Amino acid sequence: MSEHQGVSQKRWGHLRKVLERPGPFSHPDFEPSSEILDFIMTTCKLLVIGAGGLGCELLKDLALMGFKQIHVIDMDTIELSNLNRQFLFRQEDIGSSKAEVAASFINRKVKGCQVTPHFCKIQDYDETFYRQFHLVVCGLDSIVARRWINGMLISLLNYEDGTLDQTSIIPMIDGGTEGFKGHARVILPGVSACIDCTLDLYPPQITYPLCTIANTPRLPEHCIEYVKIIQWPKENPWGSLIDGDDPQHILWIYEKSLERSTQFNIVGVTYRLVQGVVKNIIPAVASTNAVIAAMCATEVFKLATSCCVPLNNYLVFNDVDGIYTYTFEAEKKENCLACSQIPQTLLIQDPEQMKLKNLLDVFCESAAYQMKNPGLTTYINGKNKTLYISTIKNIEEKTRENLTKTLLELGLQDGSEIMVADLTSPNVLSVRLKFASKNVDT
Amino acid sequence: MIKLFSLKQQKKDGESSPRSNNQKKATAAQLRITKDINELNLPKTCNTEFPDADDLLSFKLIICPDEGFYRTGRFVFSFKVGPNYPHEPPKVKCETQVYHPNIDQQGNVCLNILREDWKPVLTINSIVYGLQYLFLEPNPEDPLNKEAAEVLTSNRRLFEQNVQKAMRGGYVGGTYFDRCLK
Ligand SMILES: [Zn+2]
Repeated sequence: MSEHQGVSQKRWGHLRKVLERPGPFSHPDFEPSSEILDFIMTTCKLLVIGAGGLGCELLKDLALMGFKQIHVIDMDTIELSNLNRQFLFRQEDIGSSKAEVAASFINRKVKGCQVTPHFCKIQDYDETFYRQFHLVVCGLDSIVARRWINGMLISLLNYEDGTLDQTSIIPMIDGGTEGFKGHARVILPGVSACIDCTLDLYPPQITYPLCTIANTPRLPEHCIEYVKIIQWPKENPWGSLIDGDDPQHILWIYEKSLERSTQFNIVGVTYRLVQGVVKNIIPAVASTNAVIAAMCATEVFKLATSCCVPLNNYLVFNDVDGIYTYTFEAEKKENCLACSQIPQTLLIQDPEQMKLKNLLDVFCESAAYQMKNPGLTTYINGKNKTLYISTIKNIEEKTRENLTKTLLELGLQDGSEIMVADLTSPNVLSVRLKFASKNVDT
Repeated sequence: MIKLFSLKQQKKDGESSPRSNNQKKATAAQLRITKDINELNLPKTCNTEFPDADDLLSFKLIICPDEGFYRTGRFVFSFKVGPNYPHEPPKVKCETQVYHPNIDQQGNVCLNILREDWKPVLTINSIVYGLQYLFLEPNPEDPLNKEAAEVLTSNRRLFEQNVQKAMRGGYVGGTYFDRCLK
């Protein structure tokens, strides 16, 4: 506290007004205190995922807000086309890591802030890494990545006898933009709707019927899709998959698409459109990013300080024509595959003797499960393993021998998690094995 | 709404954790495909083959129609389920060369639920039934193989002969088909 008392007295005056006295919009349980600012500046650890359009805004907002321990992760490098809106990057940074350049820019400009960059994929880190954060903010453009981090934060939840340990919750604030549209949402894993609960809200990628593309194209996009889906695999000019970053590939697709569009009297095939369709680019609008990032940063602040009631829980924003916002409460899905599974513990008395078929009997016969055709899979050494599935002849034949193996022989350990699919439940049940120790504790 | 950081000063460190036995968790796509596979209810004309029983994301479907133009044939489809399943449909290709209005020589299949009409509530089973239906009722309205579609509309007998010829192995028009009788 002492170090930043003098100079920062003024610098953080506006935050003090919010944090050191109650106000009409305070959270009902809010207790004003000078320690809260201290928490933001010294203890609170944030992870920003993505250092692109949203990420640059988020880092700037959070750093200027007083957060000092910020990590940022992004696997991409800077491209020329980023520079108009990703304002932490300059011409000479092209080719460098977005995370690294963004971090050093913020660290240089915002005194006292320590941004730590991670130039890699989110999948490169495990639970140990993600567990260190108080909050995670996402500025991503990919649904797969959102679902992955969502799944990760859910797997960090701790249940004791079926009750969620609230200290294991790492809130996720998710921002997203597409042109003039955007959203900001607050996810409390295990408590409120998660990414998978609301998958229906994400518009599916635009896809055109294959037969239209093949026979009755009407749009320039139809011609490009035709070259991409049908002509490329047939002629395979470079003997490889399409690389959207290879100008030669784009040029080839552009020329072929143009030929096809002339054939069908369609206008509008341009090099840029080809690039857009092939790489699935949605034009980015700097102001939308700024608005959504500001909303997300505000939510981070509210959650970190408890000074205000957080967004409940999904806000959509649209500034195509004037400004429109709407907030609703996305509902947690009862049978969500990602967040509804509370791992159950199954005590195994004699893991050295117990065979897989005995375990199947437990699922079918014990009063607690009463399953009909349980299919069992697990993870061993980070790889999926099918233990037994009876319904598919070909898998049954390959996994039948597992039935007479003991749990130990199958590579299962104390703490291993088994996924059980069964007709009787819309969910896949997750069961954690607990091996009874043979000897009395030493 | 819960007040989250009443644990305000609590410092979280990576080192202490209730369960960090380096267990990887199944992704939602993985869970969902496990459920789909466990509940596959195949019609008697269909069969699946999993080259690797531990990899439920990649498998083959074999259809042997017992009625219609394609009875006595054997057709193999490959399924690849991506990390975004069921938000996105699996990628399905026909590995058998077939004279069919809705399947082209590269194995692309024109089936609405594989592209524009896919919804996350659909399952692998829905696709199996959709593919089976394509062999019972080839649809000349949505052609990928235009020649075949035209023959089907104008001359059903000739279409039937062409299908037979292709399944026995040989040329139909300028295109060679491998034998695929079961
Ligand atoms: Zn959920």
